[in-house]
Amino acid sequence: MKTLIRVGIVGYGAYVPMYRLKAAEVNHMWGTSGEPVEEKAVVALDEDTITIAVECARQAVKRSGVNPAQIGAVYVGTESKPYAVKPSGTIIAEVIGATPSVSTADYEFACKAGTEAMQTCVGLVGSGMQKYAMGIGADTAQGKPMDALEYTAACGGAAYLFGPAEESVAELEASYSFVTDTPDFWRRPKEMYPRHGNRFTGEPAYFKHITGAGKALLAETGYKPTDFKWAVFHQPNAKFPINVAKMLGFGMDQINPGLVSPVVGNTYAGSSPLGLAATLDVAEPGDRIFMVSYGSGSGSDAFVWKVREPIKLRRGGPKVKSYIDRKRYVDYATYLRHRGQIVV
Amino acid sequence: MSVPRYWREEKPRYRLMGEECAKCGVKYYPKTPVCSCGGTEFKPYKLAEVGKIQSWTVIRNAPQGYERFTPYVVALIELDDGVIILSQVVDIEPEAMKAGLRVEYAFRKVTEDGQAGLLQYGYKFRPVVE
Amino acid sequence: MRKVAVAGIGFTKVGEHWERNVKELFAEAALGALKDASHTEIDQLYVANMMGAHLQGQIGMGAMMAEAIGKPGLPAVRIEAGQASGGVAFNEGVKAVASGLNDWVLVGGVEKMSDLLPEAVTTALVAAEDQEYTAYTGVTKTGLSAILHRLYSKEYGATPEEIGWFAARSHDNAVGVAHAQYAFKLSIERVMTSPMEADPIRMMECSAVADGAAAILLGPADKVATGIEVAATSVATDYLSLAARKHPLTLEAVKAAAAKAYEIAKVKSKDIDVLEVTDDTTIDGVLSLEDLGFAEKGKGAKMVAKGATTRTGEIPTNNFGGLKARGNPIGATGLYQIAETVMQLRGKAGVNQVPDAKIGMAQSMAGVGSTCSVAILRRV
Repeated sequence: MKTLIRVGIVGYGAYVPMYRLKAAEVNHMWGTSGEPVEEKAVVALDEDTITIAVECARQAVKRSGVNPAQIGAVYVGTESKPYAVKPSGTIIAEVIGATPSVSTADYEFACKAGTEAMQTCVGLVGSGMQKYAMGIGADTAQGKPMDALEYTAACGGAAYLFGPAEESVAELEASYSFVTDTPDFWRRPKEMYPRHGNRFTGEPAYFKHITGAGKALLAETGYKPTDFKWAVFHQPNAKFPINVAKMLGFGMDQINPGLVSPVVGNTYAGSSPLGLAATLDVAEPGDRIFMVSYGSGSGSDAFVWKVREPIKLRRGGPKVKSYIDRKRYVDYATYLRHRGQIVV
Repeated sequence: MSVPRYWREEKPRYRLMGEECAKCGVKYYPKTPVCSCGGTEFKPYKLAEVGKIQSWTVIRNAPQGYERFTPYVVALIELDDGVIILSQVVDIEPEAMKAGLRVEYAFRKVTEDGQAGLLQYGYKFRPVVE
Repeated sequence: MRKVAVAGIGFTKVGEHWERNVKELFAEAALGALKDASHTEIDQLYVANMMGAHLQGQIGMGAMMAEAIGKPGLPAVRIEAGQASGGVAFNEGVKAVASGLNDWVLVGGVEKMSDLLPEAVTTALVAAEDQEYTAYTGVTKTGLSAILHRLYSKEYGATPEEIGWFAARSHDNAVGVAHAQYAFKLSIERVMTSPMEADPIRMMECSAVADGAAAILLGPADKVATGIEVAATSVATDYLSLAARKHPLTLEAVKAAAAKAYEIAKVKSKDIDVLEVTDDTTIDGVLSLEDLGFAEKGKGAKMVAKGATTRTGEIPTNNFGGLKARGNPIGATGLYQIAETVMQLRGKAGVNQVPDAKIGMAQSMAGVGSTCSVAILRRV
């Protein structure tokens, strides 16, 4: 997919809460021994998807230098909406000062809700409907106790303010969406935790859609993996993104800066957006970045970004690494308290 | 919980927007109808978002609606523009609090009206993340 | 303006009165004051109460208490000024008599805090602060005092223990007091090892939940035989929020009310023989002592620790236990202070008597000094 008007990221922001639960602590609780990640990020008692999204959005606005009144859309992708009905987007838009001349809505597509929001914003800017539009991916995903996903379901997010490519820190060269109805993971409304198909979430779901979107975008653009300095893939754990990178022909050097899941966990709709932010934190003008998200249900959004000169002046303030390094470990009981599972 | 009361304070809380007396320049947060100089005309004033701790307490017996957050820190903070603000300080163990600590604005959940009621957000401050 | 005198005093024991409601408590105090004055007629009633709306869901206590004391139809109104309700109601009563508009004015205060759970009382107590920008932070009244406590230590070098002495001294004076909630000594060790309430203030530095009522009958001095004159009464306010105060450790409302009272009574602080101050927490007591003019700013805590406020010290303070030990049923507290001052001036303070007390001062205060009332009484 290509836009009529050239679009780019004019500002980006990211956030990871400071508390961490080690996989070892989970194992200690249940007498198990897995370690799909080392540790995962846990919200503070007063954080939720909206507060995380606000952090990301504020940083994106600040770095962009854009007058927030000119932002014409705020779309938030998440699967842990604080309200089932009432948009998170209106609150974020109000905080950053984008109201009232703004469009907002909340998106759901499991872990690719964030990149869906980004795609839509690209469309708004690329069609000339809005000059600036912000897409955010953020989550405070719930891990079911004693389930495999308990190790990894984590909290975090990233926000992308899109605008004219000539003002951007990274231009969007092309994007692609690959979607099928593949029920690998879902949650019914009154259920607290999602259900998943265990090994079914691998090959027919994650790998099929990422490689599907990835190969299609490479074909459309004519690029090879070697044309990219960096690559970012959806990171449900430490291993999957490494494997899918290999399957598509990308190496560890390319995915390393954006591979945050081992120390952050899976931030769901924030996952690949956060990985992209961590990559932009170190990228140089001229670098090309290949990015593919994945959301259960299923689908993948693929993007080709080309980093531009302004990036050097627009990544001030805390980087993703600053948030990753800012940490305090919690024990399992405190983790439950932070996740609202101990009712006071 | 009153929805209008919450909604009325959204912009001042979310954006740290106060007012400045057009006559004498004194800054108010929150705004006030009449300045102590008698002035009734005000200009919007955006508070600085970074400051330092002057003094604080640790709340261990909370008022209703705040119980599940204890123990939490409430501090008097001198912002970089000279305005003083009272706010919770988060992302820090109470024992680690120090006078002079540099803190910055953070948007956080303040309380909620039970499981079915409105979520209430507002400003808090946290140690500056560099 | 004619001179006003205290004709009678009445009060209940301070404690947890599970079986009695606000009307019964108020009536006991009111009838006690009328009996003490050997007088039955009143032409105006003031009812001091802070948290009736929260605690009992009850407002309109003016008319309610007129009825409760057997005088339906009596002009009556509830006076609310936060924790200074009692002192401010006294000020209103004095003005009514001094102006000549009323002859016999009954000022009574009542509070019944034990009706709700502690967290509900905590919430009610912070209702006197700005709800949207102070209470919204989740701070409590004790928390606000604690912020000042820490600032005071830092600024003036007073130790938490020196400040903590205020509670021990108040308790010393409650021994043998029949109406006191906690009529026993409290050692400084017990104060300083009690759990933190709102750091750095400890539980035993704070007044407790209490029920009680106190009443004062006022009349024109030339018609009252008892001879305890109201030499001065004043009220002042200050910005509600600590964030708005230029110098948070100086309670401007206390200073202003005190200055006005000294001027009206034509006395200075050294002329005061007995003093009642607001020690709902120790630091409130210390700051009050200083801003009333009895200690240099920053020296109050050390002064109290050293014994200056004991019955034999320079300025006998909180002579029946103060808010901490006699107790603090909020709306009534300011009137307990007046009643106890009157007992001292009458020479009827029993084992708590400060010899030859002639001039007494009582200070009632709301929040961390947003409203303050000061009264000076004189034996003529």
